[in-house]
Amino acid sequence: MPRAYFDHNATTPPDPTVVAAMVRALVDDFGNPSSVHHFGQCAKALLDEARSSVADLIGAEPSEIVFTSGGTEADNFALRGAAEALEAGGRRHLIATAIEHEAVLNTIKALQRRGWTATLLPVGASGVVEPAALSAAITDRTAIVSVMHANNEIGTIQPVAALAAIAHAHGALVHTDAVQSVAKIAVDVRALGVDLLSLSGHKFNGPKGAGALWIKRGTRLLPAMTGGKHERNRRGGTENVPGNVGLGVAARLARQKTGELARLAALRDRLERGVLDAVDGTAVNGAGSPRVPNTTNIGFEGVEAESLLIALDLEGFAVSTGSACSSGTLEPSHVLRAMGLPAHRTQNSIRISLGAGNTDAEVDALLAALPAVVGRLRTLVRR
Amino acid sequence: MRTGSEFTMRIVVAMSGGVDSSVAAALLAAEGHDVIGLSMQLYDQSGGAAGDLRFGSCCTLDDLSDARRVAGALGFPHYIVNFERRFDEEVVSDFVREYVAGRTPIPCVHCNGELKFASLVDRAHGLGASAVATGHYAQVEHDAASNRFRLKRAVDRHKDQSYFLFSLTQAQLAHARFPVGTLHKDAVREEARRLGLRVADKPDSQELCFVAAGAHAAFVERRAGKLPAGPVRHRDGRVLGGHDGVHRFTIGQRKGLGVSSPIPLYVVDIDADTATVTVGPRSALDRISLTASKVNWIAGQPPGAAVRASARIRHRHQEAPATITPEPGARAHVVFDTPQAAITPGQAVVFYDGEYVLGGGWID
Repeated sequence: MPRAYFDHNATTPPDPTVVAAMVRALVDDFGNPSSVHHFGQCAKALLDEARSSVADLIGAEPSEIVFTSGGTEADNFALRGAAEALEAGGRRHLIATAIEHEAVLNTIKALQRRGWTATLLPVGASGVVEPAALSAAITDRTAIVSVMHANNEIGTIQPVAALAAIAHAHGALVHTDAVQSVAKIAVDVRALGVDLLSLSGHKFNGPKGAGALWIKRGTRLLPAMTGGKHERNRRGGTENVPGNVGLGVAARLARQKTGELARLAALRDRLERGVLDAVDGTAVNGAGSPRVPNTTNIGFEGVEAESLLIALDLEGFAVSTGSACSSGTLEPSHVLRAMGLPAHRTQNSIRISLGAGNTDAEVDALLAALPAVVGRLRTLVRR
Repeated sequence: MRTGSEFTMRIVVAMSGGVDSSVAAALLAAEGHDVIGLSMQLYDQSGGAAGDLRFGSCCTLDDLSDARRVAGALGFPHYIVNFERRFDEEVVSDFVREYVAGRTPIPCVHCNGELKFASLVDRAHGLGASAVATGHYAQVEHDAASNRFRLKRAVDRHKDQSYFLFSLTQAQLAHARFPVGTLHKDAVREEARRLGLRVADKPDSQELCFVAAGAHAAFVERRAGKLPAGPVRHRDGRVLGGHDGVHRFTIGQRKGLGVSSPIPLYVVDIDADTATVTVGPRSALDRISLTASKVNWIAGQPPGAAVRASARIRHRHQEAPATITPEPGARAHVVFDTPQAAITPGQAVVFYDGEYVLGGGWID
């Protein structure tokens, strides 16, 4: 059965160039980057190059990039590291949005258990947070403001620059989880005006297990990992050279493939129109808001998203409902709930996220299959 | 229409992660069917802050992983579906209500009837599947003469689970498959070993999946709050002591009564309205008859007149000959030939005609 992969916000296939570079790093340049000899120097050179590529992708300096195991570690590092550094000063209040990724939300919960207070900014049906909401919530005791750049489930882009300006006016540090925006839209750390930015390699055709935290020069942050003097004392432990090399190559490729974004936007728009035309009782969540070009989140009246996902998988189409929990089952989306959607809408929506491999023919095939699949699910006798 | 293996179809298999449903899936896959494994998540698996899992004797994360491994090893797709809300509404809430009402519930029947079959048959249809299979030890037969489906005991009488399936409707039976119902448990384990499945020697689950043995009282109080205290009264009228809620008792219970007596005393009656637990000697447990409600007749309709059958009043009860008289409103009056001990409201009574289940209901 031909299969079409429409879940690029979950992960992407590594680019062959990435894989080749990683294999070389594993096989040929296996040295420890901390070693003084030739082998170490070769590995170190690869790391330097990767760091530069990641920095270039987001308009940063290489020295500001700390490699991590991915987006979740970067988010943990940013929030915990900043919290530990700042709480001595008496500021113990943190602000984020209600639609953050679990990596941020659950790290905030952990900080709350050790005495921090937190405010989650609401979003309306637009799926975008209003700067006025931050102005209302922030105080001079607010230490950290963390706002995701693009939402993973619906793709809406948050006004990070405007929020960062408000936060800085109150002396708060600003973090953005840019895992879903990097390589999907232009991301420039100076233009965003933030202090900390998380990114993850496998979201843009890099490998899993490799990400980075950008730390603006001069930002105080406790180390993510205590150990040797790796990553400028920010994160101990011998570096994941193959992973970081893969991340670097993916970053370099992303800068060269900006034309791809326009193609994805057109493909996504065609897909959305096609679904709305072909299937009754459908609506795009977050439509009308600024969104990353590859993502759409569509509600199907009278259909359980869980069943639709399974039925589509059996037809060869891989989609998602946004986020999955520990066992892989589905829960009502906290993002759609935060947008104020009624309960049934939070459980009848699926996410389709496009990527480099997707073709017009695949979108056509999905559009051809959907009406029958949805129709079959809707004939179920509702008890 | 029910078929043999002469042609293949898409079949949903409810996989608990145990050996029985694993082998059920394997047998269907070996027959060439397009098997889709579904495991039901029935309650929150996320655990607390420390990552500790809540109690569960089945359907735990480990069980879900076992099911996924089996599907992976046998090469068919497997999905975990979230039934938390429905399990809570239809099984757990009923369990709590029954104990509060002074009855002794048997949630597994609700789980089988309302969740596993009703919901999964729906799901299966939505996924283009023609049947739902489980690892139950029971058999379904199609009777050509009446064009009806019959529910039959498993070949392995020790493992027979037909008691738990009495509430299945004709429509559900038409889509039900019990592939291990024709096998002995030893053969099922042997088949699992032959296939190299890791679950081959996994112990059977014995307890309720959502509450630990002996912990049901605390569970009921967490959900329903503290229940009123009341007297423990001898059936001759004397008050022998007190208790902290009727949910702590079941008919026939001897231990934990908090009263002393020269002869053993048993719970013979529970009245939730007055919070009274009545005790008496063993002989006081005997009853000759019972009334059942929400009776399901496997044939799809009640018999026109009273029928003779063997009636089983709990899973491990040695069924006893009785006369069953259908009554209006899906009820039935059951008169045993000889008195039966500890007929317990809330349990199921299931009627057998030899190897076949005629029907069953809930003891009032």
